[in-house]
Amino acid sequence: MNIILSDQDIVRIEKSLDTMLSSSGAHCALLIDRSGQLISSSGDPSTLDVIALSALTAANFGATSEIARLLGEDEFALLFHKGKNENVHFSKIGTEFIMVTLFDDRTTLGLVRLRTEKVVHELRTIFTEIIERNKGE
Amino acid sequence: MAFINFSSGEIQCKIIYYGPGLGGKTTNLRYIYDTTNDNIRGQLVSIDTKGDRTLFFDFLSLDLGKIRDYTIRVQLYTVPGQVHYDATRKLVLRGADGIVFVADSMRVQREKNIESLENMAINLKEKGLDITKIPLVVQYNKRDLEGSNIPVLTIDEMERDLNAHLKAPFFTASALKGDGVFGTLREISKLTVRDVSRKVLAKGQQ
Repeated sequence: MNIILSDQDIVRIEKSLDTMLSSSGAHCALLIDRSGQLISSSGDPSTLDVIALSALTAANFGATSEIARLLGEDEFALLFHKGKNENVHFSKIGTEFIMVTLFDDRTTLGLVRLRTEKVVHELRTIFTEIIERNKGE
Repeated sequence: MAFINFSSGEIQCKIIYYGPGLGGKTTNLRYIYDTTNDNIRGQLVSIDTKGDRTLFFDFLSLDLGKIRDYTIRVQLYTVPGQVHYDATRKLVLRGADGIVFVADSMRVQREKNIESLENMAINLKEKGLDITKIPLVVQYNKRDLEGSNIPVLTIDEMERDLNAHLKAPFFTASALKGDGVFGTLREISKLTVRDVSRKVLAKGQQ
């Protein structure tokens, strides 16, 4: 399946990501698909190789899904990595997409989780519409 | 799964270098990385073992310029060639738009080449992809060994073993020296972009 995004789709996605960033205190959010393609980003990823980060995130999620399967779980819905300065939070959106949120010690994991949960729901709705439209074309 | 962004005018495609272990998949990517300008390529990301065998994949993103008004970005991945890393090979194949099959010209690798191609057909099928339909280029690597004391398969033998039914475009190469590396990349990029454009852009512009 290929995904085609219109200008309007991008605006809606970016708006959701922007709102999540400003309410959670995170500084960057990426939306990628499970094959590792970057779809949209928000915030300040200027010092990052976001393309490589997208590929690694998809691989990380794929590997973790296999671990889940071995443990008798369908899949883990979120992943979190804590660093000295930077933290990364990954959330699954439906079956095909992943949101990556980068944040530092100016906010907390609890707040980020709370705000990402809301935006995951919004993005899931947007992508369900996009996928349905792509199927129909 | 190609991704087309009409807003930014960008097409992203995923191309996989597949083949038996130690056949030169990573060497292809390294050569491309070493010889392209850093304003058109990203970092070369490698997840490998200490022994220089690919554990998960190598990854390189390349900007190929514009076709009509669309910027073409290809993402090149390699898979681990060793037989027992089949689970990771399947993960990397997810959403593949094009494949380069890198075959090893060393005579001792003859069975490994055939085994790897058969494994690729099975794994593609599992992902809902058909080896006879997906854009595919075959590369006969390590041709620089011809004339050395290491027994090498002839091109005719390799064509019969691997490409008799597929009839994919093929290139002879020495990934170590760079011969055939860009020929292969150009061909698979062309086939992949053409395939994606045919499937997607025609629909999207309606």
